[in-house]
Formats: sequence, structure tokens, C-alpha cells
Amino acid sequence: METEDDLCQSNWGRSSSKLGNQTFTRANQKWEDASILDYEMDMEPPSLQVFQQMKSSGQDNNNNNTQVNADFLQGVRAQAWDPRTMLSNLSFMEQKIHQLQDLVHLIVGGRNGELAAQQQQQELITTDLTSIIIQLISTAGSLLPSVKHNMSTAPGPLFTGQPGGSSSAMFPYPREANNVASQTQSIDLPKPQPPLAAALVADVEREEHEMKDEDDAEEGENLPPGSYEILQLEKEEILAPHTHFCTICGKGFKRDANLRMHMRGHGDEYKTPAALAKPNKESLPGSEPVLIKRYSCPFPGCKRNKEHKKFQPLKTILCVKNHYKRTHCDKSFTCSRCHTKKFSVIADLKTHEKHCGKNKWLCSCGTTFSRKDKLFGHIALFQGHTPAILVEDTKLSAVASTQRENANNNNNNSNSDAGMVGFDLGSASNLNQETALQQHSEFMEEKISFEESFSPLSFDTCNFGGFHEFPRPMFDDSETSFQMLISSACGFSPRNGGGTGGSVSNTSL
Amino acid sequence: MKKAKQIHISKPFDLLSEELVFIILDLIAHNNPSDLKSFSLTCKWFYQFEARHRNSLRPFRAEYLPRILSRYRNTADLDLTYCSRVTDYALSVVGCLCGPTLHSVDLSRSSSFSAAGLLRLAVKCVNLVEIDLTNATEMRDADAAAVAEARSLERLKLGRCKLVTDMGIGCIAVGCRKLKMVSLKWCVGVGDLGVALLAVKCKQIRSLDISYLPITGKCLHDILKLEHLEELILQGCFGVDDDSLKSLRHDCKSLKKLNASSCQNLTQRGLTSLLSGARCLQRLDLAHCSSVISLDFASSLSKVSALESIRLDGCSVTADGLKAIGTLCSSLKELSLSKCVSVTDEGLCSLVMKLKDLRKLDITCCRKLSGVSVIRIASSCPKLVSLKMESCSLVSREAFWLIGQKCRLLEELDLTDNEIDDEGLKSISSCLSLSSLKLGICLNITDKGLSYIGIGCSNLRELDLYRSVGITDIGISWIAQGCLTLETINISYCKDITDKSLLSLSRCSLLQTFESRGCPNITSQGLAAIAVLCKGLTKLDLKKCPHINDSGLLTLAHFSQSLKQINLSETAVSDVGLVSLANIGCMQSIAVVNSSGLSPSGVAAALLGCGGLRKAKLHASLRSLLPPSLIHHLEARGCAFLWKDNTLQAELDPKSWKLQLEDVVP
Repeated sequence: METEDDLCQSNWGRSSSKLGNQTFTRANQKWEDASILDYEMDMEPPSLQVFQQMKSSGQDNNNNNTQVNADFLQGVRAQAWDPRTMLSNLSFMEQKIHQLQDLVHLIVGGRNGELAAQQQQQELITTDLTSIIIQLISTAGSLLPSVKHNMSTAPGPLFTGQPGGSSSAMFPYPREANNVASQTQSIDLPKPQPPLAAALVADVEREEHEMKDEDDAEEGENLPPGSYEILQLEKEEILAPHTHFCTICGKGFKRDANLRMHMRGHGDEYKTPAALAKPNKESLPGSEPVLIKRYSCPFPGCKRNKEHKKFQPLKTILCVKNHYKRTHCDKSFTCSRCHTKKFSVIADLKTHEKHCGKNKWLCSCGTTFSRKDKLFGHIALFQGHTPAILVEDTKLSAVASTQRENANNNNNNSNSDAGMVGFDLGSASNLNQETALQQHSEFMEEKISFEESFSPLSFDTCNFGGFHEFPRPMFDDSETSFQMLISSACGFSPRNGGGTGGSVSNTSL
Repeated sequence: MKKAKQIHISKPFDLLSEELVFIILDLIAHNNPSDLKSFSLTCKWFYQFEARHRNSLRPFRAEYLPRILSRYRNTADLDLTYCSRVTDYALSVVGCLCGPTLHSVDLSRSSSFSAAGLLRLAVKCVNLVEIDLTNATEMRDADAAAVAEARSLERLKLGRCKLVTDMGIGCIAVGCRKLKMVSLKWCVGVGDLGVALLAVKCKQIRSLDISYLPITGKCLHDILKLEHLEELILQGCFGVDDDSLKSLRHDCKSLKKLNASSCQNLTQRGLTSLLSGARCLQRLDLAHCSSVISLDFASSLSKVSALESIRLDGCSVTADGLKAIGTLCSSLKELSLSKCVSVTDEGLCSLVMKLKDLRKLDITCCRKLSGVSVIRIASSCPKLVSLKMESCSLVSREAFWLIGQKCRLLEELDLTDNEIDDEGLKSISSCLSLSSLKLGICLNITDKGLSYIGIGCSNLRELDLYRSVGITDIGISWIAQGCLTLETINISYCKDITDKSLLSLSRCSLLQTFESRGCPNITSQGLAAIAVLCKGLTKLDLKKCPHINDSGLLTLAHFSQSLKQINLSETAVSDVGLVSLANIGCMQSIAVVNSSGLSPSGVAAALLGCGGLRKAKLHASLRSLLPPSLIHHLEARGCAFLWKDNTLQAELDPKSWKLQLEDVVP
């Protein structure tokens, strides 16, 4: 594999080297899947990522390319030994033979083109031919009922060398080859794709949008081992920031759509509706049943790793990515609101941030709940847990009481000055500021004289702090807003200062 | 009193054990609580004894709490309903001075305390069993959390605490596990979750009032699992409907009282499931329920045959339904059909025929009933104790003759607005234990009738003669002679009443409520006579008595120290009289509208002087004449103002239709 790597690097440089590598891996993989047919893929982990990348990079040039890849996958998926699979394999082979015919036709028809281009094209066609033939062989091999068990004993040495070597020789430009192949295919052979396959070979984009937590959702899925194929991506592939690369400048993208948009800048051929269209959309319904793909986590010992006794496969690549990041990576994203919650998947952080701070239902044990009934269920369940009252409530009353004291001091120490201050604060919302001011200053003196002469109590009922900003009882039906205005105009709040009874049933002035 | 004094003088008091003295004091307090005051003022020793003996307090002013509580160290029940302003400081004083001896606190009419004060109270008074926080409309969850610190709390009233939510109730539910009685009436912030948690956590609950709460039937599932639940009040719970009760299966054998009145979305289906497990139910209140009390509806009562009391006020009932109720619940002792306008003679007769044990019957405003029903009631319910039949106008005067003959055990009789005449009263006078008699708007009765009552019913405590215009001083004097235990009398609009009546009524020394509205011949002289001799006078209505002036009020202010409520509208009082009322310490409500002799400053002085004033009804013109700061000050002290403007607003008289009648029939 190293040699292939080197080769690719020399051909495409840094950014695309990986792609090349993956392409070869893919070829390799095919062989393994098709022929080895046991689940110990120790020499090279299955790399569906590659397919996806391949697919997307192919889509840049031609969106039908996806179909080719899908075909590949179908061909590879010859594992189970039920008649349906046999049938599907046979039909697959039939298709491949058609493709082969088309390619040969192309070679025949392409003789009269420009020399350089012709030569290059021929090379590509040759590559495609090779790949199709390899697929045919592998599928045919899988048709042998006895092969599976025999081969599982000594799979590695028999097959690894050959495709690796041949691929390095035969796939110098794998993607171009694919492009050509798919182009031809799209022209000559609009190949039916079964709806099942369309559903399973899911569109990456859609997955990225919708399937955030799929790896949990599939928990209950009890596929019999062997009814699906297992692919395992490498850690680096999982953590790669970009999954779609421009074949021309090598720029990476997270989404295929973005890449397609990008590709427009590289020439008019990428601006055609066909080039811009979403891949996989035009897949026609067919009858071909497809083997389900499932993914394994590369982390040894993980339940999602295929070596695990109770292995539970992951459904999609996105699941793999999210699972790997969530379970085996550092949680590097911290919530900017609460500064406590950490996430390794940025989508999780965003989801959390949407609700962060809304978990206002708090238990005395410190647990927060987004729903009140959940909190009450929790409290009903546990002894000694009690609902925790929000801090604002107590803080507010504390503030109110301190302010009241301050106001009282004001009241005791100073004269109408304090009253004026209180008024200014209190009547900020008063429309009739002028008149109220007059009234207030008038009556302030009167009031003080009243207090001094009549009140038998130590009089601390009038405050000049302007407490109107504190919440007033909203339920006091009889209390009109007018009275509120007035009382606030006098800086005199019944709750904080005077303490009117709940049954104030009148209005003043 | 005198005896005790003499014993003390001869110094044998040391021989008496404390228990014996306390028994003596109990007896003194039983007769007249104010005698204890005199006792304590006799000497230091008595003073101390009295201080140790007293365990319930109802102070007038929260400001004096430190001194009062340091004197009465054994205070267990503290009633602060007279103190409209109880600060956190006052509560912490209570907490510190009473400590573990305090059992109950009533803060239902107080305000301006907060979580801090409640917390101090709850922490210091570890044996606090009862707390009444009704009307604490500014109470929030934080305050409720403070209440939750009172771990031994058993009875809690939170009526009208509208700002308390499920969270606060949740705190209380977790904190106060011993709760037995909880009232959450009008706590509109509390829903299913809080109530359900309360039911889950406080297994001892016996009585639960969740009236007017926005609950659904959901929390009833938890509530009816309470093993000891005896009383459940669901009044006005509109969220409780049939669907939410559909799955309700319970076996609440302990439930004795269920009040599902005004539950408008509860019909027969829901009620059946609600009653399905309540086999021992004794009292059922279905007043103002939305469905018709028909045969079907009554069948839902089949599970609760032990029912003793049922209220169907304001329901539309059918004759079949009533008959079925009589068959199903033959042990009924109380029945209320007040304002059931559809009750007919046929229905009621078939019902009461089955109810031999009926003690209380309310057929107020059942206007279709005639004398047939009353005769049937009288003949088939000999054990009747209470009969209320206001405004049964079709009942002939002859029908009443039988009531007195058959129902000798009657104690309470409401014949307001009926055709009863003197013969009827003569018959009724044979009910020797009659204590409450209402004869308002009975135009056929005269002094002669009253004389029978005065002679016969010596236990009469309440007499209502509102607008019974045939009554004169002679009739009243008969009553005053015969009924010495009279506590409440209403002679409003009996135009022929003069001071003579008041003079004779002054013999009734236990008189508490005296209403003589619209008696133009009453003067201050008569008032003074009552004021001097009736020391316990608490409520006085002198509206439209134009000859009442300051001299009457001055006497009143001097003698009637327990007066709480007075109406002086349209009298001749002036500033002097009004200000003198400030002398009465427990004055709570003053109404002075349209009294021409009053000046704003006089009113202001009177209002300021009455420190415990809770309600002042004044003429609207005074509103602008009184300084706003004064009004705010009074409001802050807990006084509510009611401004009346009679020039704009015609006085609403609920009986105005009767006045018209009066004009027609002289």
C-alpha cells in the first residue's frame, strides 16, 4: 500500500493523495468483500468513506458517477447466500457485462478523435474496463456456494497482493476513469437502481442534515450477522474535516452541494443542470435487492467495534463520525452560555445552546430540567429532593429589602429633598409628570406634618426610593393602573414600603 | 371576680394549686373574656397568673408584640388578624419570644411580611402546627419555600396566594410532611403538578381544598389515593371534566365530604367515577353543577347511599330526579335546594316523604312551591332543625300554622319575604329552642305576632325584621322582655320604631349587632341607652337615621369598646363625633357617606386615629379633598377605601322590586 501511496502522491500532490489511496483501498476492498467474505478484514479496513469521497468527487464531473459507485457497492455486496443475493449478483453481473460492452463500443467509436485526448481517454477506458472485470470476477466468485468457508481460512495472501498490484498499475487516474465510465454509462445505459438501494446508499447530504443521532436510533435494529456488510473507516478518515474535494484545485468541502457550487468556477461544463443537480435523485426504481451496509468503529474494545462480543453496527457514515467524536474524542466545544457543558460534536453544542438557560426547572440536588413535569416526577421519586426556587426571586426580595432600608434612612434623615428624588425616580413613566410633580411636592410637606402630628406609630411606611420597578401584584383586581401611577409618582409602594393589605379595594386621588 | 379577690385578701391563695386557679380562670374566660382583663389588673400576683394562664392572643397592633409576648409567655395561638401590617421584624419577634410554645399563627389579614420573616418564624417555632396565610397575595415561591421549613406543620391555608406556583407548593409538599389540612383556594398559579406532588408527599392529608385551581382530573388520581383523605373541595375547578376522570379508579373509603360545586365541566359520567370508590361519603355538594338533576343523574348517587347531606343549590332539578334521590339516599339529614327554581311541589313532596330524618332544609327562592310542599315538609320531617324558605311567595299563610305544630325542634327559621301572619308566628312560638328567626319583608306580621315570639322563644339570638313595616315599639318591647339572649337584631326600615324600642332593647345585654337603618325616629338618646348597657356591641348600622348626632357617638365611643363596624351615612354626625370613634381600639370599618356635618380634616383625623381601620367608605368628593399622601399612608396601614358617589350611582337595592310592591300595597 505504501507504494501506491507514493505513486499517488507523485501524481496528484498532497491534497489528492489521500483520494488516490482511498481509491486503491476501494479496489482492494472490493476484492476482500467479494472473495474473503468473512468479517476479519485485518489487512485493510473497509473504507466506505472512500466511496463517498469518490462518489462526490465524481459528481463534480458528472453526477451519474454516483451510480457507478453504487454499482460497485452492489457488486461488492455479494456475501449472503440466499437466492435473492444470488439473483442480485447475477443481475449485477449482467449489468456489468452491458457496461463492458458499452466501453468496448466507446473504444471503437472513439478512434476518430484528437490524438492526445484519445490516448488519454483510452487509458481511462482501460482502467474502467479493468475495474468492471474485477467486479465481475469477484461477484462471480461469490456465487460459488463453497467458496466462502474455504476462503475464510486463508484469505489474505491469496487476494491482497493481486488487486493492490494491479490497481497500482492499472489505476493511475482512477477518478477520471470513473468519470468517463459514468459518462458513457449515463449516455448509453441508464441503469436502474432499486429503491432499496437508493434508500440505503443514503445521500450524504441528507444524512448530515437529518441523522444526527442515528447511532442511537439503530440500537434496536437486530440484523442477523451476515445479512449486512461491515465497513470500518480509519480514525483519520473519520476525523477529516472535509469529505468532498475539488478534483481541480483540491479544495475540501464538507458538503457535496458546496463542492458543486465551487465547481462552477472551474468551467462551463460544471454549470450544466446535470452537473449541478443533486446526485442520486434520478435513480430509477428497480428490482435489485441490495445488501445492507453497516459500519464499525475503529476504536478497539468499543461496542461499536466489530471485534466486540456484542457488536452493534453503526448505520451510516455520519453515525460513525458522530459516534467516534462523541465517544472517543475530547469534548472540545464548550457552551458559551453555561460554560460547563462540553461537546465533541458541534451540532450537539448548537442543539444545547438552543436550550441552554431554558432548563429553569431546578431541583435542590442541582439537576435541571427543561420541563416542569419532569422535575416534579423527579421530586416525587426521590426523598428529600425539593424544587429549588429561582435565584431571581430571592435576590429580588433581598434587593427590595435593602433598598427599603436605604429609603427609610433617606426618609428619616432628609426632608422633601428625598421626596423629590423619589418622585423623579418614581414618575419616570408618568405622563402627567408636571402636574404630579406639583401635587407631590405639595402633599409631601402636608404628609410629613401629618405623620409628625397624628401618627402614633413609628412611621416607616413612606418610602422615597421609587420602587415602582419592582413587581407589583398583578392580581389585585381592584387596584387600577391609575392608582399604580399615583403611588409610583409618590415613590410609595405598598408592597415594599407601606405594606398595604391584599385587599386594597379602592383607588386614590 | 369578687370571690377571687376576697380569697386573695385572706391569703389562702397560696394553698391553691396552679391547676385549680387555671380552672377558675377558664370559667371566668368562659363567661366573659374581658373579665380576665379585670382579674389581671387586680394585683401583681393575679397579673402573673393571668399571664401564665392565657395561651391565645389576638393583639390589635403588631407594634406591641414584643411587650405582649414577653408578658404572655405561654402563647400557643396567635391571631394577628387585627394587625394589618405585620413586618418581618414582628414575625422574628414572634419567633424569638414564643419559640417552641407557639402552635398556630393567623396571618390571614396581614401583609408586608416576606420570606425572611416567615423563615424566622418557621425555624424558631419548631412546634408550629397551623399557619394561616390566606390573602397573602404578594407571597411568592420563595416565601412558600420559607414556610416549608416549618416541618411539623399540619394545617396550612394559602387561600388567594395567587403568585405561588407549583414550585412553591412543591417545596411545601417536600418540607411539611405532616400536613393534614391544606387549603389552596384561589392559588391560581398552582396546577396539577403541585397538587399531585402534595398528594404524593404528604400522606397524612385529611382535608384538601383546591377550589378554583387550574387543575384537571389528572391530579385527582393521586389525591384519591390518600389513605386518610376525609374532605375534598373542588369548587369551581373548571378543568376537571369527564374525560380526565374516565380512567379514575379509586377506593377512597375515608372520604366523607366532597364539594364539587360549580365544576361546570363535570357531568354525570365524571361524577359517577368520582363517587365510585367513595363509599362512606357523607356530605356532597353539587351546587351550581351544569347538568340537570334527572333520574339518570341521581343514579350516580347509588354508590353513596350513606349520604347525609346533599347540596344542589342553583341546579335545575326534575321531579323524577328528586324522587330518585329520596329513594337512593333515604338517610339524608341535610338538603339544600336553594335557588333551584325548577323545583315543584310534586318533586319536593316525593323527596321529603322519604326523608324522615331530615334536619336541615333549604328551599330559598324555590318560587314554584306552594303551601302543599310546606305542609308535607312539616308533617313528614318532625326532626327538622333548620328551615330556610326565603321568598317562597306562593306559600299561603295557613301553611305556616302547621310548621310550629309539627316541627317543635326548629332552631333556625328563615321566613324572609313570605306571607306568614300573626297566627303563623303564634304557631312558631311553640318552637322553644328557636334561636334564629328571620322575618324580613313579612308585611303581614304585627306586634301581636312578635308578642307570641317574645313570650315563647326565650332562646332567640337573632331576629331579622328588615322592612317588616307592621312592627312598632310594642312588638320590640315584647321581644326585649322575652328574649334576653338576643345578639343580633335588624329593625331596618321599620319606620315606626322610636327610641322606646332602643331603650327596651338595651335590656338585652348580649346584643352584638344592631341594625336600624332607615329608622327616622331614632335619636342619640336611644343609641346612648344601647351603648351603655350592651357592652358587647360590635356592629352598628345607623344609616339614614338623621337624628343620630355627636352626642350618641360620644357615648358610644366611651362605652362600646368592642365596636368593630359602624355605618353613619346620612346621619347628623360631625367631626367631633367621628374623631371620638378613634377612641375605640378595635374599630375596623367606618362608613360615612353623605353626612353633611363632616369636614375633610375631621375625617382625616378620625381615619388617622383609628389605627386598626381596615375599611373606610367615604363620599367620593372627599377623595380629592383628602391629601393623597394621607390616603397612601392609610392604605399602607391596611385600610381599604371605598368611594361612593350617590349622585352618579343610584343605590343598588337588591330588594328594590319589593319597594315597588310596598308602594302598591299600603
